[in-house]
Amino acid sequence: MIKSMITFAVLLIAAIATYFGLARVAPLQGTYWFLSLIFVLLGWALAWAIGWVVDAVLAATDAPIKISNFLVPALFGVTIIVAWEYYVKGSHIPLVLLPAPTQIGAKFINSLPILGADFVQTILRAVIPGWLMGCGAGFLAALLCDRIDFLRRGLLPLGNLVSALPIVGVAPILVMWFGFDWPSKAAMVVVMTFFPTLINTLAGLNASGHMERDLMKCYGANWLTTLVKLRLPAAMPFIFNALKINSTLAMIGAIVAEFFGTPIVGMGFRMSTEVGSQGLDMVWSEILVAAITGSTFYGVLTLSERAVTFWHPSYRK
Amino acid sequence: MRIDAARGHIFPVTVVCIIIIVLWYLAAIPMNAVVTQPKIDAAGGGLYNTLLFSWNHERPVLPAPHQVAQEIWKTVFMVAPWKVKSLVYHLWITLSSTLVGFLLGTVLGVTLAIGIVHVGSLEKSLMPWIIASQTIPILAIAPMLIVVLGKTGLPDIFTKASISTYLCFFPVAIGMVKGLRSPDKLQLDLMQTYNASAAQVLWKLRFPAAMPFLFASLKVSVAIALTGAIVAELPTGAVSGIGARLLQGSYYGQTLQIWAALFVAAFAAATLVWLLGSFERMSWKRMGAKP
Repeated sequence: MIKSMITFAVLLIAAIATYFGLARVAPLQGTYWFLSLIFVLLGWALAWAIGWVVDAVLAATDAPIKISNFLVPALFGVTIIVAWEYYVKGSHIPLVLLPAPTQIGAKFINSLPILGADFVQTILRAVIPGWLMGCGAGFLAALLCDRIDFLRRGLLPLGNLVSALPIVGVAPILVMWFGFDWPSKAAMVVVMTFFPTLINTLAGLNASGHMERDLMKCYGANWLTTLVKLRLPAAMPFIFNALKINSTLAMIGAIVAEFFGTPIVGMGFRMSTEVGSQGLDMVWSEILVAAITGSTFYGVLTLSERAVTFWHPSYRK
Repeated sequence: MRIDAARGHIFPVTVVCIIIIVLWYLAAIPMNAVVTQPKIDAAGGGLYNTLLFSWNHERPVLPAPHQVAQEIWKTVFMVAPWKVKSLVYHLWITLSSTLVGFLLGTVLGVTLAIGIVHVGSLEKSLMPWIIASQTIPILAIAPMLIVVLGKTGLPDIFTKASISTYLCFFPVAIGMVKGLRSPDKLQLDLMQTYNASAAQVLWKLRFPAAMPFLFASLKVSVAIALTGAIVAELPTGAVSGIGARLLQGSYYGQTLQIWAALFVAAFAAATLVWLLGSFERMSWKRMGAKP
């Protein structure tokens, strides 16, 4: 206990000292990246130390474990953001390199209409329809493969191969085929989400045990009944896994496709033009939108997974 | 057993591939009609002319497979590898930053996993953020990060590799945390009876036990590292690398160039995954597994 306390104190003092030392070395220019690396490491050490203390205190007072599970990462995040703010302000880092969190926040609130339009173009028109179509097509293809064993043996190795390939490279071809507007982005999302769904669904359909399947046979259940009553529910954890992977892939696909040609609206378009005109606060606002959307997407999927696969060991109390 | 598995797959895969190629050739006819129809009509129409023009157009909407193969042959084998026209040159640019990023990401991931397994508060403070870090579509903002990082004076290869590093560390960290925790209570107790130190438990029990998890993660991360490196080459001004080839091809309508770059990248990705697979088998052998 005492050893840990000392470690913590040393870390804290070192972090504070280095921070104020660094803040005086402004502007940092040439060696900037190296110093900032050290700073990030120290900031992290500080954040970790605070988390550790909170954890220890909470453990001593036997507060419910949920609180510490939430509080520790939250404090860690807050520390990082505060350190970021003071570092950028303190060392006069130019806006073109890294804006401070408050600058990003101000820009975010001031340009809500633009961000909203980009959100509609990229997320609502490309990501969500593309994600639905890609996952749907992958699911149907998996059912087809399940029915026709020859197709499964032919497609599965190819699917495994394709999922290791840099599929984003197809973007320029799709932009050429489907035009600059959102259809080409939606097509990109379909291509990116198809194979993960196919592979995971197929793996999931084989997840039910032999005993259970034999039991269904004893009941005289046909393929469809077995599928609906036994194999699909058993496949759900796998399918949700694919849906979650795809939620990130879909956003990547849509935004990257916008780099290859786009109308003058969309998150990818905004980011690439703003970076050209040195509007880094706008770029970070778009990143914030992407992060919020991505986390929400993921959170909704996690909640629905919990509702659908309540029987799974990882959710049982 | 292995031969059985191979026999079970080779025939269906071949059939599916042949079907894909046939469909591809057929699709090339209507898709290229936009550019070829006038020429077909001028040549007097007919099946022969239709096929001739649809499958051999210089800037097709959808190039026929043999055209892509020709383009690859031309840019890979007919040009000296150090020339800008050679795809090998571009592939090397991309591969070098892929590998640097992959190595850094793996080291970072393994280090994080070791920390997380040994220090309780590290898990609580880091794990949620490691997971949250992946909800940001990093690939989508990669070109911006490259531009910004480029202003800090870091060497080019490291700025590109940083994207691959960011993508790589996650699967490795998650897989290794799982792997390092995979030895069961009985084995850990045995180590304790031997009076083994934490380092000894790590090296002699946890690490060997984590190998299957590590290799599974490495295969995933090498593939996304390559994707990351390609996307990192997209910002305007990139002149070399597979990503730059794709971008140039898309600007100048050089369909063949895009397809050739894509296939070469795909081939490189498959080779990297295959290489890791053979390392995995070698590690099994070293650890005394019977084939």
